[in-house]
Amino acid sequence: MLLRHTPKEIKERSALTVNPAKTCQPIGAMYAALGIHGCLPHSHGSQGCCSYHRSTLTRHYKEPVMAATSSFTEGSSVFGGQANLLTAINNIFTIYEPDVIAIHSTCLSETIGDDLKQISEKAKEEGKVPLGKHVIYCNTPSYVGSHVTGYANMLKGIVDYFPESTGKKVDCLNLISGWVEPADMREVKRMAKMMGANTIIFPDTSDVLDAPQTGRYTMYPKGGTSISELIASGNSKASLGFGEWATKDAAIKLENKCKVPFEITDLPIGLCATDRFVQALSKLAEVTIPESITTERGRLVDVITDYQQYLYGKRVALWGDPDQLIPLVEFLLDLDMKPVYIVSGTPGKKMAAKLEKLLSEKVPEARYKNGELADMFLMHQWIKNEPVDLLIGNSYGKYISRDENIPFLRMGFPIMDRVGHSYFPTVGYMGGIRILEKILGLLMDKQDADSPETSFELVM
Amino acid sequence: MRKIAIYGKGGIGKSTTTQNTVAGLAEMGKKVMVVGCDPKADSTRLLLGGLAQKTVLDTLREEGEDVELDDIMKAGFGGTSCTESGGPEPGVGCAGRGIITSINLLEQLGAYDEDKELDYAFYDVLGDVVCGGFAMPIRDGKAQEIYIVVSGEMMAMYAANNICKGIVKFAEAGGVRLGGLICNSRKVDNEQEMIEQLALKLGTQMIHFVPRDNMVQKAEINRKTVIDYEPTHPQADEYRALAKKIDENQLFVVPKPLAIEELETLLIEFGIAN
Repeated sequence: MLLRHTPKEIKERSALTVNPAKTCQPIGAMYAALGIHGCLPHSHGSQGCCSYHRSTLTRHYKEPVMAATSSFTEGSSVFGGQANLLTAINNIFTIYEPDVIAIHSTCLSETIGDDLKQISEKAKEEGKVPLGKHVIYCNTPSYVGSHVTGYANMLKGIVDYFPESTGKKVDCLNLISGWVEPADMREVKRMAKMMGANTIIFPDTSDVLDAPQTGRYTMYPKGGTSISELIASGNSKASLGFGEWATKDAAIKLENKCKVPFEITDLPIGLCATDRFVQALSKLAEVTIPESITTERGRLVDVITDYQQYLYGKRVALWGDPDQLIPLVEFLLDLDMKPVYIVSGTPGKKMAAKLEKLLSEKVPEARYKNGELADMFLMHQWIKNEPVDLLIGNSYGKYISRDENIPFLRMGFPIMDRVGHSYFPTVGYMGGIRILEKILGLLMDKQDADSPETSFELVM
Repeated sequence: MRKIAIYGKGGIGKSTTTQNTVAGLAEMGKKVMVVGCDPKADSTRLLLGGLAQKTVLDTLREEGEDVELDDIMKAGFGGTSCTESGGPEPGVGCAGRGIITSINLLEQLGAYDEDKELDYAFYDVLGDVVCGGFAMPIRDGKAQEIYIVVSGEMMAMYAANNICKGIVKFAEAGGVRLGGLICNSRKVDNEQEMIEQLALKLGTQMIHFVPRDNMVQKAEINRKTVIDYEPTHPQADEYRALAKKIDENQLFVVPKPLAIEELETLLIEFGIAN
């Protein structure tokens, strides 16, 4: 009874949010920036912001996450943070030698109105940015949007700075990655390679936040999109953004800046969303879908059909970010499961519209809410009123799982109490099999635990 | 000790009026402290005979938190204590946060302590109550009374009415009251009647009508208050009168701000629109 104060009766709330299903913008900006090779994220604000954002990423990835801070004092909040940021840029390039500093703002520096563009230009004028080094920036006020907004804003900052167009298009496709795990980015690259597509993926946190233990510490692991790739992305023939919330703004910006046309798909989670992703990739990169991809798809379909009886009609509650939730709901429906409760702290009216389209016929009783007041408290209340068979979401669901004795699949961000999310992909057809394996494992464990001895099955 | 905050539209003459009035109070033998709450740090120039002193925030920035009261408080005309909050250059940082920081620091340093035996503390606040910082002088029982400097010009009256809205909010929570309007004349037609009427509608009084006189400018060029520069001039008596009225004031109210239409009607009835 960890959440013993959650009442069953649901009352209309006008203001209070309890256990929000989101976190701060700068965490997203920091994560996106780590997907550039040799990049040090920089938090323009007080020290506490930077510490929290770094530690949240470290708790999720179990990797050291490096980031610098402007370390605001009382004086900086009154006189502005310019002096601190200029000193920071100078110190960072002198001592830590990154290729790129990716600055994001915080609530404090946003509120006092610090102008990151002006300050970063001043740093250049004053010779604080060595030749061949770069300072990029984005605005991330946490009182707007969520961590997803911060991620999207940093992608915009990247596109704003790096891509250049020579006017001559080359046979290359930009893959603009939504917020997924390093293993997922690696999986997308593997699939693109299997299809023979020539691609540039950004950001790319594989080999950054899942770097191997070599016995020697490197501040900038070998992964991450290189600067030359980011610059070259302006000459690509098209962009494919996967994850609308995270990538659409950057894709639009790249089209406006370098005339690179784009398409947006859902994150390739589950069968149909992966189908659409593969088709879009095939179309835009002008490559055929090879036998090997079709085979992987077939395996996923086979697992679904083999275990359909364990999945049918099972009620699921899920929370997280719209980009993950929408294809995941679609996948659950394809498995004949019933996604009945869905919340996301990330705003955007499109989410409800998309869910409505997916759910209205198949699960008319489904309840979903996103943006302000869409929180874990409401989710728990819904569950108390009519229970579910499975929970899917980040680690914060463990309290509900324990209180209500419901199997719990950890997916999303952050996962601070289990391992695997950064090593095994959940995107693509193989990722679909992993999601299925996890769901089935939980449901079957529950059946084993609850069934009487007379119907305790060896073969399932 | 009475703590008084002076508000009013930018350029209306708050600093000039405050310092001239403080000179009058000092002449009466009152012990007065003036806290300038304007990043330009020009609220004590006439009392100090120039912009000589270091501001609270400059000192904080240069010397860290190890600030002494003597570093930031200087003696001015008639034994007044003068201090300036200071603040960022235009266009950067947060001036409002600066006022909060500075007033907190003054309190910590004991600028208002009993042993200073102050009769008055004046806060001369920049322009309108644009954000939380500029309301600092009237928050949590700091200043208990407010005077708004106004003239018969439309925008000055509009600003005065707006400031009243701010006061209402803090009056409910912190107990601050409006002591009256000070009309700093711009020689607008029917100015006195119009401001008296405005005061009436706001539920307060026009505590004094300060006529326009070039002597004020002349004294100002010489970095002095009129009482200091030309003590026998009739304008000096105006400020003495205002000082006396403030000293004897008994009318402290929670103002009733006007709807914009009401304000416009006032101008039509009395003002230039007539």
